[in-house]
Amino acid sequence: MSIEIRHLSKQFGTFTALHDVNLEVQSGELLALLGPSGSGKTTLLRVIAGLETADSGQVLFNNEDTANQHIRDRQVGFVFQHYALFRNMTIFENVAFGLRVRPKHNRLPDAEIRERVTSLLKLVQLDWLADRYPHQLSGGQRQRIALARALAVEPKVLLLDEPFGALDAKVRKELRIWLRRLHDDMHITSVFVTHDQEEALEVSDRVVVMNEGRIEQIGTPDEVYERPANPFVYEFLGHVNLFHGRIHHGRAIISDIEIEAPEHAEAENVAAIAYVRPHDIEIDRVTNGESALTAHIVHIVSVGPVVRLELSHDDSINKNLVQVEISKDRFRELQLIKGDQVYIKPRRMELFPSHGSSIH
Amino acid sequence: MTTTTISYPDKVRRTSITQEPAWVRWTLIGLALAFLTLFLFVPLVSVFYEGLKKGTDVYFAAITEPDARAAIRLTLIAAAIAVPLNLIFGVAAAWAIAKFEFRGKNILTTLIDLPFSVSPVIAGLIYVLVFGLQGWLGPWLAEHDIKIIFAVPGIVLATVFVTVPFIARELIPLMQAQGTEEEEAAVILGANGWQTFWRVTLPNIKWGLLYGVILCNARAMGEFGAVSVVSGHIRGQTNTLPLHVEILYNEYSYAASFAVASLLALLALITLAIKTFVESKVTQQKVKG
Amino acid sequence: MTETNAKGAYNLSLFKQHSVLPGFNLALGFTLFYLSLIVLIPLSAAFFRTTELTWAEFWTTVTTPRVMASYQLTFGASLAAALTNAVFGLLVAWVLVRYQFTGKRIVDALIDLPFALPTAVAGIALTALYAGNGWIGQFLEPFGIKVAFTPIGIYVALTFIGLPFVVRTVQPVLEDIETELEEAAAMLGANRLQTFLRIIFPAIFPALTTGFALAFARAIGEYGSVIFIAGNMPMVSEITPLLIITKLEQYDYAGATAIAVVMLVISFVLLLIINLLQWWSRHRNALA
Repeated sequence: MSIEIRHLSKQFGTFTALHDVNLEVQSGELLALLGPSGSGKTTLLRVIAGLETADSGQVLFNNEDTANQHIRDRQVGFVFQHYALFRNMTIFENVAFGLRVRPKHNRLPDAEIRERVTSLLKLVQLDWLADRYPHQLSGGQRQRIALARALAVEPKVLLLDEPFGALDAKVRKELRIWLRRLHDDMHITSVFVTHDQEEALEVSDRVVVMNEGRIEQIGTPDEVYERPANPFVYEFLGHVNLFHGRIHHGRAIISDIEIEAPEHAEAENVAAIAYVRPHDIEIDRVTNGESALTAHIVHIVSVGPVVRLELSHDDSINKNLVQVEISKDRFRELQLIKGDQVYIKPRRMELFPSHGSSIH
Repeated sequence: MTTTTISYPDKVRRTSITQEPAWVRWTLIGLALAFLTLFLFVPLVSVFYEGLKKGTDVYFAAITEPDARAAIRLTLIAAAIAVPLNLIFGVAAAWAIAKFEFRGKNILTTLIDLPFSVSPVIAGLIYVLVFGLQGWLGPWLAEHDIKIIFAVPGIVLATVFVTVPFIARELIPLMQAQGTEEEEAAVILGANGWQTFWRVTLPNIKWGLLYGVILCNARAMGEFGAVSVVSGHIRGQTNTLPLHVEILYNEYSYAASFAVASLLALLALITLAIKTFVESKVTQQKVKG
Repeated sequence: MTETNAKGAYNLSLFKQHSVLPGFNLALGFTLFYLSLIVLIPLSAAFFRTTELTWAEFWTTVTTPRVMASYQLTFGASLAAALTNAVFGLLVAWVLVRYQFTGKRIVDALIDLPFALPTAVAGIALTALYAGNGWIGQFLEPFGIKVAFTPIGIYVALTFIGLPFVVRTVQPVLEDIETELEEAAAMLGANRLQTFLRIIFPAIFPALTTGFALAFARAIGEYGSVIFIAGNMPMVSEITPLLIITKLEQYDYAGATAIAVVMLVISFVLLLIINLLQWWSRHRNALA
């Protein structure tokens, strides 16, 4: 089932949770709503589910307006952030709930309910916990039961609110992969909310980056990471170094270095900020004639395959520490130690005029 | 005292740094127990002692004579009406207040507590002002030969008034703490209103509900001031147990008076026992949640 | 199309936020109906009845010497009892939270006895104990101390019925104080008394005041436990609730209602103060 959202707005008192949001979710897609807390992502999810109503705008399921549809008839599966498992019921009864509350003429015979629940519990690999109560389960197990419960009613759309938010790092990673695989098997249109960019990029088909009630960018994980639409998306997705400088006739000038910026050919001496990812910075002990920034190594973190360097550079405008990531091999090759003077140069960067929005 | 040694779970074991010296500890314990003995335990014990002083024959005669039996019956009737009414009210009020956001919620919550801050005597008085001969509805009621004041309905009304808040005030914080997610999940899974309430909400609040019912019942059976104003003290007809205690006492039938009082004291002890048990269940449920 | 939920039109959306849960109208409707019928309309009767009096008549009724004496006694005894409970209630709460001793669980359960025991039973029990020949009275008599049938008796009864309030409000707050806080104080050089006065006491003070106010408010309106032990002598040991009943028995409805209204207003003010105190208490704890 496809979902279409048209001009959705929602206000809580003076707080704008959603501001004219437009979005299309393809049938069978796994979509991530990514954003900081208060960005409106959970509100959007709850409006799609029918748990909240918007002040204005429409939500369409398969091109049909859901406004007059009771939440029961929307055929939505919802996984709550804290799972909202029924604490007074066994795991089995939790999963069976949606089947048992159906009107009599519509209800499956008991044996079939039993069969369906058992197979769902097998699917989430927790059939051995059927007779336990929610409080006897670990966080990761509860999460999977919540998912099984939502799937039991065969929803057309699966909505997940911070599905891994309450779990510890290791379990999060495992469940992420598991969810991705499950989605690949079932192909049910799914939307999940997260504030964790790694999670969004790793699991989803497409990412919707939200901020202050608006959608900042929609794209594949690769698109939003490699070609952020604006400074917000850039800063929100991964670490980034900021260099203050100017753009002038297709060239960016940052301190002593000049870099080609053909897309800004018409700019005339505009103040700009260059956004550079830590792995997009070249580092060397000597300059090969080209212009480069001089910097000193302040701190080295060499855990794992990537070595992270913190550098201070001797520029009066750009006082922030610069983070650089290089491979362990390159690090060994350069034989860097704390205090060394080095030359750095951005390999790839994105330029934004310093007061505000993107000029793409 | 009994020999039950109990160890309350202490989050962090206290060391000498965060513990007073033994002599301070024991002095404070001694002082506290002395105060409680004087003001609580001795009065409690004295009720049973005074009731049984003249022997068990007098005791059983006092609690089985017709007037006492009539008083017991009326007390049970009043509680049997007041408790279910306030139970329904408590659930409805808690459902509205704990599960929804609306304007004026805080005022409503305060209004529910109002009967606790009104003197029982005034609680009785206001019903006299409404239903008494001089009251708003007095003439009309007299015309139709309906007696409320100085009759059973007045006693029931006064009892309902003083016990209004008990169940609601137990349920509101409990249901607020449990939030609305489980109910929302139930609705999304297709449950209708009653299914959601009976299968999800009610099992989650059952111990809190029982707790409120017990306290409500204790007060309903023991209410004196409010009932006293509207009762008219007609022996065998409009006397509840506490009023019967008063009448016997004022007639200097001390032993009989205390015998009947001991029934109420016993009820209080049973109430406390159940309450303690239910409290442990409520705590368990909170921990689980 | 400005409303995504057609049903929203029937809910007063300005008044209530949207929710998918059913039953709001039914639940709130019943709550308001019941509350009005049982509590609000009868209570308003008291206020309407006083309007039958002129202001001057009202003022004279509620300020006659006998009524003034009853106020003085009621408030004086209630204040003394609530103060006693503040001190000993804090002590009892402290001992129950901090120390281990045999029978603690039973003591803890019995604290609520004054809530559960009918007031009339408490009244006759205390009277019997403190009468000249009673278990406790016989020891006081030789010193010329008379408790039963004097204002002191009223104080004793009010102390009894107010006992649980302070204990039950202070206890949870005391339980929640982190041991770490006290350890930190100790590490910084504070002794136990300093720690108590500067760390623990300020933390429990709002709860203590709340408990005090609750005990005071309850004591002012108390009737059942007091009338047996008070002696009920006009001008000496006659509490205000009793005065209301006396007037009622003399068919002086206007007089009874006037005094009741004074009591009601005082109760409402106390309720307001208690609500503010509880808010303060929660606020404090939330910050800690």
